[in-house]
Amino acid sequence: MKDRTECREDGGARNGELTGVLVGFARTLRHAGMAVTADRVHAMAACLDSLDVTEPRAMYWAGRLTLCAEPDHLPIYDAAFVAYFGGQRVVTGLPLPMQAPLPRVTAPFLPGPAGEALGEEPAEVLSLSASPVEVLRQRDVATLSTAERAEVRRLVTLLAPGAAPRRSRRRQPARRGQVDPHRTVRHALAHAGEPVRLQRRRRRNKPRRLVLLLDVSGSMAPYADALLRFGHAAVLCRPAATEVFTIGTRLTRLTRSLRHRDPDTALRAAGAAIPDWHGGTRLADSLDAFLTRWGRRGTARGAVVVVCSDGWERGDPAPLAEQTRRLSRLAYRLVWVNPHRGKQGYAPLAGGMAAALPYLDEFVAGHSLAALEELAEVIARA
Amino acid sequence: MTTAARRPVPANPVELSRDLAGTGYLADEGLATAGYLAMRLGRPLFLEGEAGVGKTAFAQALAEATGAHLVRLQCYEGLDVAQALYDWDFPRQILHLRAVEAAAASSGERTDSRSLEAGLYDRRFLIARPLLQALELSPCVLLVDEIDRADDEFEAFLLEVLADAAITIPELGRIAAATPPLAVLTSNRTREVHDALKRRCLYHWVEHPDFDREVTILRSRLPGLTDRLAAQVATAAGRLRQLDLIKPPGVAESIDWAGALIALAATTLNAESAAATLGAVLKYREDHDRVRATGLANLLQALS
Repeated sequence: MKDRTECREDGGARNGELTGVLVGFARTLRHAGMAVTADRVHAMAACLDSLDVTEPRAMYWAGRLTLCAEPDHLPIYDAAFVAYFGGQRVVTGLPLPMQAPLPRVTAPFLPGPAGEALGEEPAEVLSLSASPVEVLRQRDVATLSTAERAEVRRLVTLLAPGAAPRRSRRRQPARRGQVDPHRTVRHALAHAGEPVRLQRRRRRNKPRRLVLLLDVSGSMAPYADALLRFGHAAVLCRPAATEVFTIGTRLTRLTRSLRHRDPDTALRAAGAAIPDWHGGTRLADSLDAFLTRWGRRGTARGAVVVVCSDGWERGDPAPLAEQTRRLSRLAYRLVWVNPHRGKQGYAPLAGGMAAALPYLDEFVAGHSLAALEELAEVIARA
Repeated sequence: MTTAARRPVPANPVELSRDLAGTGYLADEGLATAGYLAMRLGRPLFLEGEAGVGKTAFAQALAEATGAHLVRLQCYEGLDVAQALYDWDFPRQILHLRAVEAAAASSGERTDSRSLEAGLYDRRFLIARPLLQALELSPCVLLVDEIDRADDEFEAFLLEVLADAAITIPELGRIAAATPPLAVLTSNRTREVHDALKRRCLYHWVEHPDFDREVTILRSRLPGLTDRLAAQVATAAGRLRQLDLIKPPGVAESIDWAGALIALAATTLNAESAAATLGAVLKYREDHDRVRATGLANLLQALS
């Protein structure tokens, strides 16, 4: 606040200093993770022109009304405001909370468990050249080597998961269907008021929303990467009709981060956005947070909702049953993906999974490429 | 073009807040500042918040306080230009055409096709839908309610109209607003509204009112309400909001609740009257169960 009282003394220097203050504040907010663009800062400056700057709250409201764009920004803004204007030292040059880039691996791709095909006749190796993909399709993602994993990643990006379209309230001109009085009369006007031909219309189809809730807790760690890539493929397939969230100890919306075209960039951005990688699970709480903040408002309404989790819930499973029931009532179809389902002898007896089971429309595995392909089919069929 | 009794633009947020209070809407500091800046800078105001915190009522109060017309556009899926902007009245045009034909046939005169054509695309055959109404009425508060329910295509179109404060009708020409309408957009966050639209707006998240404000709101909305009952309802509503319910009650619900209590001629909020009127404030069975489980007595304890 000190800068401002000083700089009011002369007009020219005041503007320059105020701009400096605003730009510094914008930088603080960017460090805190808010996307503050230059035009928003301009808008803040314009607001300050209209307000009484000596009023201490004016600066706060001018910034909050122009720099924030969603409720998630408000706590960040409040903290940054106190830090920047409240006289606290701002630590500059703080690195962004980014995950270290993954090491690039360039290893020759060998079929099956490495070394098996060595020592064979060259002709036989050639005849095997198509089979690794087939073998790989069935393998559990958790047991893959680095090179195999890279191949699976490449194949997952080729999937195009998207829900079947639904009928929209909008109509479009068509050859058959109901008579469209509006267009018929308009057409008649061109022929001196004679309705020469009846114009028709029919309901249009719209993509149905797909919501993916991915568990990124420690127990799901081996599958998180493949599932996130599946999410990325879904977002790329239908950017406007897909929402991806991670659940763990808290709820994180990933849709925005996953919009990058390049899978690795998108996943790095997603990794930076998830604060609870490989932490514990609070499934019921996360689902509750999703339902309260997004689901009930409309994100889950009429959507195909896919929960990817092993359903390991510590403590009482009753709240999880309750939240799953709420979710199933809102969703058009509720699909649960549990990687352990692909294992032999698995039965959904674990407390959480057993509690959620009665409310599911589909219960599928998601442990291998083939299982993910099946999941894409289930989503498309729903 | 109609002109409403225009009042001067308030000089500061405090003045606007006083004008709003005159209409029975009690805005807090943030909302008053947001409304004031939207008027001064001519930017649309984008309001978000829980259902029932008074987003729509704010636009209505703003129109009343500034002496502007209020035009409301309720968004829904499938909203298109013919329903939001303008439409030609085709049946009337055809009727007009036939009438001219019949007149010409009886009098034996030849009709001039050019003037007939020009007559067909006259302003009187144009039906103004809310957006066009907002451009033609001046000054005007344009309330675009629940923008998140409309399709993305509509958002882009709205952006264009708001940016120019004018539209071009091919057959008629350009219609521009004398003074750009003050746009208030509300959203319930069922879907993320596009960044391009948000960037041009002032963004404000409307909070539940604090205790004192809620009591004042209740008193001003329901003149028959006693101070004691207003304080009791506000306290109980505040406690309900702490309870982690599926749908915490908004101000709209507490007004309904107080109204229900008045209708039952209850003089105090006790376990009996609360049980009878709980349906006015809680709209989910799970919420009813939860409140009954924690005990109505707990909710109402130490109410003065």
